[in-house]
Amino acid sequence: MKNFLMLCVSGLMALQAQAQFRVEVSGVGMTQIPIAISAFRGDEQAPQKIAAIVQADLERSGQFKGIDAVSGLDESSRPDLSGTRQRGADALVAGSVTRLADGRFDVRFRLWDTVRNQDLGGQSHAVLAGDLRLAAHRIADFVYERMTGDKGVFSTRISYVTKAGNSYNLWVADADGENAQSALSSPEPIISPSWAPNGNQLAYVSFEARKPVVYVHDVATGRRRLVASFKGSNSAPTWSPDGRSIALTLSRDGGSQLYVMDANGGEPKRLMQSSAIDTEPVYTPDGRTIYFVSDRGGSPQIYRVPAAGGNAERVTFSGSYNISPALSPDGKWLAYVSRVNGAFKLHVMEIASGSVSAITETTADENPSFSPNSRLIIYATLLQGREALMTTTLDGRIKARLAGQSGDIREPDWGPVQK
Amino acid sequence: MKKLVLIVSVAAVLSACGSAVKLDNVPVEDKSGQAVSANGAAGNAGDGSGVAKSNVTSVALDKNAQDPALSAALKTVYFDYDSFVIRAEFQPTLEAHAKYLKADKSRKVNIEGHTDERGGREYNLALGQKRAEAVRKALQVQGVADSQMEAISYGKEKPAVLGNSESALEKNRRAEFSYR
Repeated sequence: MKNFLMLCVSGLMALQAQAQFRVEVSGVGMTQIPIAISAFRGDEQAPQKIAAIVQADLERSGQFKGIDAVSGLDESSRPDLSGTRQRGADALVAGSVTRLADGRFDVRFRLWDTVRNQDLGGQSHAVLAGDLRLAAHRIADFVYERMTGDKGVFSTRISYVTKAGNSYNLWVADADGENAQSALSSPEPIISPSWAPNGNQLAYVSFEARKPVVYVHDVATGRRRLVASFKGSNSAPTWSPDGRSIALTLSRDGGSQLYVMDANGGEPKRLMQSSAIDTEPVYTPDGRTIYFVSDRGGSPQIYRVPAAGGNAERVTFSGSYNISPALSPDGKWLAYVSRVNGAFKLHVMEIASGSVSAITETTADENPSFSPNSRLIIYATLLQGREALMTTTLDGRIKARLAGQSGDIREPDWGPVQK
Repeated sequence: MKKLVLIVSVAAVLSACGSAVKLDNVPVEDKSGQAVSANGAAGNAGDGSGVAKSNVTSVALDKNAQDPALSAALKTVYFDYDSFVIRAEFQPTLEAHAKYLKADKSRKVNIEGHTDERGGREYNLALGQKRAEAVRKALQVQGVADSQMEAISYGKEKPAVLGNSESALEKNRRAEFSYR
């Protein structure tokens, strides 16, 4: 872990009652856009500090670096852009938060490009106090999209599981881990939450019936449906990209095997016959191929097979334990966990070339999941003996530990961009 | 839910008792004696934890006392690292359960596979399943009807012993008999 810099997210952080999280930066010579985000006028009186949330989002992406901004600006200011540029910032954000008569908050902002000396536009959001963080994430998305040309993912949601004593909770939270709401509380384990492509439902494995069964849970209403409770174990659900099917692992015919079933339930269709363990299926974004884990060669490795069935082809060749495949939505990257000298480490493979890198310094990484824009991976790991969630850029250079929950936290899954 | 919690805690106590008994030193003929003392200990532990006793639980404990196959000493089969092979020392355990299930076709058992904490949750679920299936197949060979058995897995989610010492890992690589 050479030259690890621990950066506080911003000068504003010091003023805050609670820290957002820390961003770790390793390596030098990275191309990050330096951006100055002025404290929003009215931030002090608002329940959420908008500027700090925006800056934390942008820094976590790995593509921005916060620069101190002059205070006293808002979206209607005519800021000194060349002065801002001289202080090292290529962009400037300023805005305001105003409490409206009906109790809502009006959040306004403007973005300037200090290099081209250009006003890049702004927005206003009238939101309830509970949606102030969402408004901040939308501002971060706006800035990210204007400055990088890429889709922002700060206003997406993640799901994860916490364990506190003998109580397990399934949470739906903002992409920064904050604003978590419990979708399910159970005295028995919950694992493997998986977002439906429409972002409205989660499939997961619950042990509440004293065996693993698969539920599909409507996040908005809390209604849920038992979709797989066949004899034996029911696990590892994953959605087809069209949202119509769920691939999963069943042991009803003896041994852990892959099946595909209608997302509404019904009779599962066996994908392959093997005498080995086949599990952890995941569809490619085009829906044509399923990656999965199998020990058919004597040790767990990642394979792929046509989604309609057929011959499986081995994908990972180095190491004797490669599990938990995740595919980037752009179809270019495979993330997985590989055991190296007894340590479980997150690896990323560029699928076209087959080149692989280990991108973490931790030793108990689990369960990677890509952001919808394919730029970040969320994963679970152990930090100082406690379970934690981290995000990382695909090159491993920018990592952030997500805040939000104390205690053991695991099984992250990053939801889609909702229309 | 209280009932469930109590049953789980009793089960945990039973399995703890089971792991404390040296299995290879227990003559098969002494099974019923073992069961009585183990159940007595479990009952005391239940009182000590302060959980209200329910009728359902005392019925379950009475049944345990009558059922040699539910002896704490015979509740668990342990496995070597990365192995699904049932060690010879557990043959008497399997035989006792097979005899019991064949004698009473109305009894059903869940065979619950478990792993140690190392590695991924889903892959461990599949490994635990493989252990449970190994036990199920061994009972099948001894003539137990498939309809009386269900092999399921908890993977690494329910360790019998916390911690990552070698002895903790050993006690967690197991299959447990859970009668319904």
